[in-house]
Amino acid sequence: MVMKHTIAVLVNDQPGVLQRVSGLFGRRGFNIESITVGQSEEVGLSRMVIVTLGDQNTLEQIEKQLYKLIDVIKVVDLGSKPMVARELALIKVKSEPAERPEIMGVVETFRASVVDIGSTSMLVQVVGDTQKIDAMIELLKPYGIKELSRTGVTAMIRGNA
Amino acid sequence: MSAQIPEVQSVEELLEKWKQPEVITGSEILLRSLVLEGVDTVFGYPGGAVLYIYDALHNFKEFKHILTRHEQGAIHAADGYARASGKAGVCIATSGPGATNLVTGIATAFMDSVPLVVITGNVFSSLIGTDAFQEADITGITMPITKHSYLVRDVEDLPRVIHEAFHIANTGRKGPVLIDIPKDVSAAKTLFAPVNTVNLRGYNPRLVPNKLQLEKLVRAIAVAERPVIIAGGGVIYSGAHEAMYEFVKRTQIPITTTLLGLGAVPSADDLWMGMPGMHGTYTANNAIQECDLLINIGARFDDRVTGKLNGFAPKAKIVHIDIDPAEIGKNVKPDIPIVGDVKTVLEMLNPDVSRTAKADAWRTQIAQWKMDKPLRYNDSESELKPQWVIEMINETTKGEAIVTTDVGQHQMWAAQYYKFNHPRSWITSGGLGTMGFGFPAAIGAQMAYPERLVVSINGDGGMQMCSQELAICAINNIPVKIVVINNEVLGMVRQWQTLIYNKRYSYTDLAGSPDFVKLAEAYGVKGLRATNKEEASAAWKEALETPGPVLVEFLVPKNENVYPMVVQGATIDQMLMGDEE
Repeated sequence: MVMKHTIAVLVNDQPGVLQRVSGLFGRRGFNIESITVGQSEEVGLSRMVIVTLGDQNTLEQIEKQLYKLIDVIKVVDLGSKPMVARELALIKVKSEPAERPEIMGVVETFRASVVDIGSTSMLVQVVGDTQKIDAMIELLKPYGIKELSRTGVTAMIRGNA
Repeated sequence: MSAQIPEVQSVEELLEKWKQPEVITGSEILLRSLVLEGVDTVFGYPGGAVLYIYDALHNFKEFKHILTRHEQGAIHAADGYARASGKAGVCIATSGPGATNLVTGIATAFMDSVPLVVITGNVFSSLIGTDAFQEADITGITMPITKHSYLVRDVEDLPRVIHEAFHIANTGRKGPVLIDIPKDVSAAKTLFAPVNTVNLRGYNPRLVPNKLQLEKLVRAIAVAERPVIIAGGGVIYSGAHEAMYEFVKRTQIPITTTLLGLGAVPSADDLWMGMPGMHGTYTANNAIQECDLLINIGARFDDRVTGKLNGFAPKAKIVHIDIDPAEIGKNVKPDIPIVGDVKTVLEMLNPDVSRTAKADAWRTQIAQWKMDKPLRYNDSESELKPQWVIEMINETTKGEAIVTTDVGQHQMWAAQYYKFNHPRSWITSGGLGTMGFGFPAAIGAQMAYPERLVVSINGDGGMQMCSQELAICAINNIPVKIVVINNEVLGMVRQWQTLIYNKRYSYTDLAGSPDFVKLAEAYGVKGLRATNKEEASAAWKEALETPGPVLVEFLVPKNENVYPMVVQGATIDQMLMGDEE
């Protein structure tokens, strides 16, 4: 059964490591829905969080193939346990002054925030899981979205694990 | 600095000397590190970006450097050296075109898990990324075909990188490692302190298998009525051939060896069934399809072996033993997965499996298949048949030669009709199927074993893909016996055109090939030609008796096809036997 999987990959912070990982996905026909990279808790190691689509066999192959890369230290299937997954989006939405209160209403309901206002546009920042951001975008669409930038998912297992 | 080194006589003394810290160039660090890794032969081709390295090589006598005539020759030779010796092969090339000329050879080694340390020069660090003269992003280009790669930006890193590269190349599932060294790094000086420890957190190949899985396998063997072993290159790479043979003898399980597994057990043994797959034997393929227990030892279920996956070994419980966990379940889902080094696994298994009288009916069935449909061809007195040529080479060398092949029909005939006694005596490009591989690989194998007889069997197509290396055979008196099976066409491709493309022979006629005898002679290598059995026997005898390299061309008919053959998309018991011809 094809499912969405979220995996965290701890890698040596070496030049080219992102290319090694993304290249592996590309040439083996694995899907990358989103990929985020940044520092981890340890100096010299980065954490990548990759959202991918596939069945259980594909997920198993992805993990095994990732472990073949010398710069990969650890691979964790985050979906195997309860996790917190978040992404951030910046949405530049058209807004004549008259529409601003209405848009502010949507923003407040979603506990998002307005981080900039131009003469005919507003910049909305929203943080949450993917569904929340999808919903926010749907609601802002009628006003006219001029520009949209999403970070992709970063995630972590809940609790002490 | 080198002038300050006092005269020393032996490598041992040098090693002792080099343990002392000393300020030297990156190039000298590279060469000394190679000696410390036990390197005795390097294949290479100089160029602008490796000039400092070659300058350091000028008076360096601690290992041999063979100057090939093309970088492709260098890397295939290093590959042949590695496959024959079990040590990592080393080759050096310059940046840009030098480095990109290595790509085919790196991919060849990667597909067949051959340990190589590939050293390329690159442009000055400050020029990297500017499309400088002879710049290519070789680490980027080769990322999908190397086990690991390094772009060395600081001369301080060189000793560690070189030691890690050899460690990675020759442990776990072996493979090629690339070290790209910018010109300024090979020129920079630093205090050289040899490194002999490795600290790679993410790299820890699992050698020892899970005991519970082994117990499952022992029980499965005990109850199996129709067991079969498929042994692959992993048996040879892990040095497991003796343990493998003991396992076969103890369990009395019939065994088939893949193209890269040939030599894992002696061909003469009754339990050996030949090769499986596309050009496998009737016996091996039927045994796989009928077996109730299939034990895969160090093979990767390549599609040339399995044929149509859905329908492969349909009645069998599948066991897969491999050092690379990613191979397990990649193509065929096993019932008993065993991750570990093949030699370790077999040595742990052997005391627990015993010679069994069970499955006598199965062995009788296999003997019957062997009798009914042995490998065969229609011999001729008027024409020289390629299979006959292989049989003649087999008879004269008694399975004691190191045989390398190129890729195509001659490769399959050699795999079918040459009888192997030893591991590491069969060197062929399996996974990538690289034409041009066989001849330079033979040069590498001969460098590893100067005293052994090395026979390089080629087609007329592949021979023209690296024939320039005849020069290094002549110059260095490398006594490879070069066989060219000349059918004047691209035989295997033509065979597919015959059987699958309605005999539409689109561009497989190799008219315009050189006179191979004259070609050899032009390089200073003795050349001989044979068109019938009598000439063939005489020419081959003369080749074996002549010291130094000799090329023998055998003219064979173009219509001869390799049988059995499983067409792509069919299950492996649907074999064309060639009986209709």
